[in-house]
Formats: sequence, structure tokens, C-alpha cells
Amino acid sequence: MEKKKIRFTINGKRCEMEIKPWQTLLELIREDLKLTGTKEGCGEGECGSCTVIMGGRTVNSCLVPAMEADKQEILTIEGLSKGDKLHPIQEAFVEHSGMQCGFCTSGMIMSAKALLDENTDPSREEIREGISGNLCRCTGYAKIFESISAAAHAMKGEK
Amino acid sequence: MAEYSTIGKRVPRIDGRIKVTGDAKYAADYEMPGMLWCKIARSPHPHAKILDIDTSRAEKLPGVKGVLIGKDFGGWKWGWMPKTRDESPLAVDKVRYLGEAVAAVAAVDEDTTEEAAGLISVEYEILPGVFDSKEAMKDGAPQVHEHVKNNLSWDFHMDFGDVEKGFREADLVHEDRFETGRAITGYLEPPAAVALWDSSGITIWPAKQSPYFIYRHLAACFNLPLNKVRVIQPFIGGGFGGTKNDSLAGDFCSVMFSKMTGRPVKFIYSMEEVLRTCRRRHNMIVYNKMGMKRDGIITAMQSRVIADGGAYTAIGPLTMYLTGCISTLPYKLPNFKHDIYRIFTNNPISAAMRGHGVTHTRFAAEIQMEIMAEELGIDPVEVRLRNAITAPHETINKVTVHSCGLVDGIKTLSEHPVWKGKDKNRKNVDQISHGVGLSSSAYLGGARQRGHQSCGAVVRLCEDGTIDYLTGATDCGQGSDTVLVQIVAEELGIRIEDVDIKRVDTAYTPCDAGSYGSRVTVLAGEAARKAALDVRRQLADVASGIWNVGPEDIVFRAGNIYVKDSPDIKMPFKKLAQIACYSGAGAVIIGRGYSGYGIEELDFDKGVGNAGTSYSFTSQLTEVDVDMETGFVKCGRMVIAHDCGRPLNPVNVEAQSQGAAIQGMGQSIYERFVMDKGNTLNSNLADYKIPLSTDVPDIEFIDIIAEDPNGPYGAKEASEGAIVSSPPSIVSAIHDATGVWFKKLPVTPEKIAMALKGKNKNESL
Repeated sequence: MEKKKIRFTINGKRCEMEIKPWQTLLELIREDLKLTGTKEGCGEGECGSCTVIMGGRTVNSCLVPAMEADKQEILTIEGLSKGDKLHPIQEAFVEHSGMQCGFCTSGMIMSAKALLDENTDPSREEIREGISGNLCRCTGYAKIFESISAAAHAMKGEK
Repeated sequence: MAEYSTIGKRVPRIDGRIKVTGDAKYAADYEMPGMLWCKIARSPHPHAKILDIDTSRAEKLPGVKGVLIGKDFGGWKWGWMPKTRDESPLAVDKVRYLGEAVAAVAAVDEDTTEEAAGLISVEYEILPGVFDSKEAMKDGAPQVHEHVKNNLSWDFHMDFGDVEKGFREADLVHEDRFETGRAITGYLEPPAAVALWDSSGITIWPAKQSPYFIYRHLAACFNLPLNKVRVIQPFIGGGFGGTKNDSLAGDFCSVMFSKMTGRPVKFIYSMEEVLRTCRRRHNMIVYNKMGMKRDGIITAMQSRVIADGGAYTAIGPLTMYLTGCISTLPYKLPNFKHDIYRIFTNNPISAAMRGHGVTHTRFAAEIQMEIMAEELGIDPVEVRLRNAITAPHETINKVTVHSCGLVDGIKTLSEHPVWKGKDKNRKNVDQISHGVGLSSSAYLGGARQRGHQSCGAVVRLCEDGTIDYLTGATDCGQGSDTVLVQIVAEELGIRIEDVDIKRVDTAYTPCDAGSYGSRVTVLAGEAARKAALDVRRQLADVASGIWNVGPEDIVFRAGNIYVKDSPDIKMPFKKLAQIACYSGAGAVIIGRGYSGYGIEELDFDKGVGNAGTSYSFTSQLTEVDVDMETGFVKCGRMVIAHDCGRPLNPVNVEAQSQGAAIQGMGQSIYERFVMDKGNTLNSNLADYKIPLSTDVPDIEFIDIIAEDPNGPYGAKEASEGAIVSSPPSIVSAIHDATGVWFKKLPVTPEKIAMALKGKNKNESL
């Protein structure tokens, strides 16, 4: 099959690429763009390790055809910090040990970002709901809830 | 207690930043120029003879660079002990479980490997299989391994005191059948590696929680000296025992392909391969018999356990040992008999998983004790306090306990509002019934394994006062790197950020058995402490020469060196480091340390002695709400009182226990492989239910301090205790809510609903 040209913005950078029509967004991100911060766990949209933000909402990039990235704006974990300055969500995860092995962390943080962009003051239940598409086997989620609450607090303080 | 600067402090993880930015590289993130991909072709049958393998079509596919079958490994096999070497990188003449590796392909990209693997044609003669451990023990059952009669993979027989006498002395004797489920460890990072064979031998970047296991396996398989095998540790996306302690078909085949082609070779298993073919927890049937006096004192316990070992031995003998060797904890047990049989079946291989071995028998004993106490009208707290051990204690099988916070933990929980209010909170609105359950457990830390258990550390001083710290111990997510760095910083009186822990690299780091058996903080922590002290001693000698005082009077604190009682005589650590490194022809300051704990004799055959160096004690409360119509269970709150000696990093200890308790919750009420004649029907994460964020209770964590002499700064293990305490506390809570004792894990909604509707009442639920 013919390759197709798409244009998109990823982490604030404009890109134009030729992609294979059967490629997933995850393959585009990890293999073509070498942004390996986004992980592949199950490859079936169940674990959420591959979560990125596209067009303002989270997607399981393993399920999204890369072609759908055309004219879209994509944010991955690599685009979250500004130079050496971590995003407040990242800072909160470091401060509150919101990660253990770290494999789910990129996807978890992207889900947290989408949640806090929508809702600056989420309740514990809304946090649970907001990351319910992201599996974590290490933490039992407790420190992740703490991290996201702390991030919400910090982000409100900044405004 | 000594005043520490970093030990015992809530220090953030040192790997936090690299993990939240996505910079941490895992095995699948590595790639090299010219790299090939490797894919395994697997058996669609659980038990079959391999008559012929035709690889010609795969070989002809454009892009394919090599194909391997079993005989290409020259008959080499591996196993946990010399006499249990029963696994080949690729099956040679027979497959013993569905999904067993039979061939491998290497090609220029991943898609081509998948296509090529599908072109390998294997002619099988299907053999009758056996999938039930009790059936497999019978005469005439299909034999999984030709030379193994009745499919007996391994057995242990432990016999202490006189159980018959104990049962005669008892006022109440109970016999029950318990069963634990078929569960997966559940790491999210599928196994992966990049392997390279060149003139310096093998270099491999694999996802392993015990990198020195594969180091030995590769040296043996490829007949190389150990100094020609270099295993470099990427970040590890979770381990939890079993698969990532061991080697895989993908590891051996990638290395072989690299040898054949001269190119680097990478593989990544799919999650389906993980759930179908990787090592899982043993399913065990536990026939438990317990004797109890009228006052609740346990007089004897006898366990007969049948474990489904799956198709190969793996680390199974150790699992079997652990089911029995600390059954004599955490309660006084004067008479104990334990017979366990690990049985080969045509199911996927069973092996280690967090809470290794202990979780099965502790679940049985804990629930049985509750059932009996209930019959005798004794409160769950009271029956535990009456039987609880206190330190010092030696069990009947010579397990020695030097510290024990069990009684403190039980008492703390008995005063907790969750327990005290359990009857008041029993609101039972609509069809929801509320219940609370209590459990206690013990787990070994600093596990010892037969053969190698070396654990060393090297601390190298740089001339600017920073530290290169080398250890063979592996952080697969538990946070041990942070704790080890805290220890080095503590002893040298410097900042955590001045100590850099290197990734494990077998070419440079000291040999270590890796992450299992809660051994890292206890053993590697002690090695780190000794290595740091070695550097401190060398530096103190230099300082004592400068200031004309004894080296014992030199204090290392807060980045400075000073003379005891004369804090004005001081210099920065950095300055002393420089002086020391530039002295004479240029001194090289290297500290060495190794753990000396737990080196006394252990009688592995009889179950006598210490399999660990110290023992943690965990008690747990769980609150549940059970929907009496649907059987759905919601865990509301958990309270964990955990004695890990002294928590060196309390945040990590909490985090470990929270994660373990939830993993235990999964096993208790959600997780199970659904098997059909060796076929795993739910080999995906939609159908195999790992707890989600919306499923988990709030967890309150309470540290019970009971410092142990056999651990750095008094530390013992953390987390394996909580995966053991979780199932019995949840099942007791479900009983409290429903009035039914469930004895088979997981306790799914349908089991509860059936029991409540009066069906299945006579079965072992």
C-alpha cells in the first residue's frame, strides 16, 4: 500500500511525515519519532501505558491509526516539561512517589494532565475516574491519587 | 535510636525525575544500527510430539535472516538446580504446554518476523494431556516428562513434634480444603531485550529483575566464560518474581541470532505471550488440619498441599519449600507436619511470585483459625493474641526470630475505629452488607537461595567528593536504589545527590542474586553500608594524619569532616576527598562490602533453619461491602500495621505495602486464569482483571517499629507481608458480611451469589 503524507504538531513542533497506512499512532511516536517515553504495555487499549493527548483528549495511541494524527496537535510525556522545569504534575509525582517501576507513569501523567485541564479541583472520586483507563500494578494507586491531588493544588496556587 | 541524617526520612525516589519525564530507558526502548528483530513461533497444542519442522517457507520470505529450531541449541537445558535442568530454549522433541516455544525467526523488521513465524510448519503427533494436578498424580495419567512417574515434580516432607499427639490434646480439630488461584505477576512491561554478539562476547540489555541469572544461563548455553557475558540493566517495568528472575526463549534466540548474523537482535513479547506463556503463580490445593484447645491455643497443624507446577520445574522447589518452612510463624506451633507435592501438568509453568509460597498456606491456616475460633466463641483479635509469638523466638523447625512487632500490630488494629466500629457500621442498607476482616502474617526478608547468594557493593570516591556506587542488586521498581543511596550518603555524611548509583552491569558490578525474597534492602543494604564504611575508614586515616587525632575521633556529617568534641576543627568532605585522592602518587579510594547475614546452615531437605535473615510481621484490616444480590464485593478501607523493623524510607515502605495489598486484593476477588485443557482463555487484560483505580480502597498504613539485629539500621522486609495478609483479611471480611466461609480463591461475585442462594453450600467454596 502507498505511503501517505500527514502533517501534525507534536510537543509544539510541526511535523510532516510519510507514514504507512496501517501504522498506529504509537508506532509513529516510538519508532519514527523516537519518542520512547510513551510505552507499549498490552497493545490492545487496556493498560493505558501508551496514553497521549491528541486534540485535547487522551487516546490510547496503540489503537489510533497514525493517519488520524493528520492536522492534529499531539502531546506526549516529552512535551510536558519546559526545559529543565518540570510540569507541576511531574513535580508532584516526584515529590509524592507517584511511581514505582515507572512503566505506566508516562501514560498516567498524560491522563492526569487531561483531567486537570478539564477540572482544576477534582474530588478523589473524579481522580479515580480520570485515571481508570491506566493500569498500575506497583502502587495500588494510593500514591498516584496523592500526587494528582497535590498537583491540582499546586496548579491552582500558580494561577 | 541513633540520630540519622537520611535514614528513616521521607526521601523522594532518586529515579523519580527520570521516570516522570519519560527519559528512563526500558529494554524495549533500546535500538542499534542494523538491528534485527526476533519472534518466537509457539505450539498450538498443550502436549504433542514434534515429528517434523519445515522452516523452508519462512527462510525464503524476503527480509528473513535466520530461523532456529530446538536442536540448534545442541541439547542444552537449564533449570534452577543441576538436577532440575529440564527446559530447552526451544522445544526439541515434544511440547509440554500450549504456547511453548518451538522455533524462532530473525528478520529486518517486526512485521516480517510475525509473518515468517506464521510460515513455520510443524508436524505434531498430539498426545493426551493432563491439566488437573490431582488427575496427574494418578497411575496411568499422561506423563508430562517421560522419566517422571506420577508427574511428581518435587516434594517436601517436614515433620516436627508429634501432630497426632497435638490433635489428641485439642478440644477442636478441623479439616478443610482450601485452594489458591492461578494468577499472573502482572508487570506492565512485557519481557524484551537487545542482544549483541561480537568479539568481546555477549552483551545484552534485558528486562530482568535478577540479571545475574541470565548471565550464568547465557555463559552455560553458549559455552563462554563469565567474563565474556555482559548483562547491562535497563530500567525494569515491574517484576514481582518468576518470569523476570529467569531466562526466556527470546533471550537465548536473540543471542543465537546475533551470533549467526553478527547483527544486534531485539525481541519484545506481546502481552498475549506474557499471559499465555510466561511464569505464573502456582495453583495450590491445601488440605489443612488444625487442633485447638478450648481457649484458642493451637496444638498442631498438618498441611497436605498439591501444587500445579505446569510443564517444567523452574524455581518450583523453592516455592514448595516456602509453603512450609515458615508455617510455624506468626503463631506458636508446637507440632507441625507438612507434605507438599508439586505436580507436572500440561499447563503453563508455575513459579515464584511476590509472597512466594507463603501466601497459599498462610491463607489456609489463617482462615481455618478464624473458623475454629468462631466455633469456640473466641474473638478474632483474642485468638491471635493468645497464639502470637513474641521475640526472641525459635520455632519448632529452628526458625529464629530476633524482633517481632506482631502483638503491637494486632493491638493497634484492635483499637482502630475500623475494627472497634465494625458492628456499629454494619448499616446493611438495601442489599449491601458490610463486613470487616482481620489477618496476620509473617514473611522472610533477606532470602537465601541454595547456591549463590553473594551480595556486594563497591563505593568509589571521586576526587570532587562525589561517589560512584556499584551494586549488582536490582531495582525493578521497588525503590531499593533510593534506599541504597541513602545508606551510602548516611555513612559518609554527604548528600543523596552526591551519590550516583550505576545500572547493574555484570562487567563492573559485583555479583548479586537480584530482586527476590525481599533480599535487597537487607542484604544489599548491609553491603552498601560496609562499603561506605570502608571508604570512611580510609578517609578517617587521612584526616587523622592531618589533625593528629585518632581515626575514631573523625566525624562525617552534613558534608563536613570534623574532630569529635572539637567541631571547629573541620573541613568539607570534598576537600578531604581531594587531599586523599591526591596524596602520594595519587591514592585510589575504593570501599568494598558484602553482606554477611544468613550464612549459617540451612537444611533444605527437612525444612529446618532460616530461609531468611529476619522476619517481617503484618496485620491487616479490610472493610468490604457485599452486594447480597449480585455478590459484588467492594473493598472500602484497608488498614495495615506492618513491622519491617525500621523503615529506612517510610514513603517507599508505605508504597510497597499499598501496592502489595492491592495485588493481594486482585488475587482474592478478581484475578484468575480461565483454563480449558491447557488453553488460557483470558490471555488479555480486558478479561484478566487487574484492579483499576476505581476498584481500590483507601489504605491506611501504620509502621510498627521492631528493629532487628540482622538488618542494616534494624531494617527487615517490606511488602511481601502485605500480599500475604491481604487475601485472608478480605475473605474474613466477606464472611463477616455474608456469614459464609469461602475457601477457594478468587472469591468471585458468582461464587458469592451462588452461596447466598443456597447452592454450592456443601462444596468447598
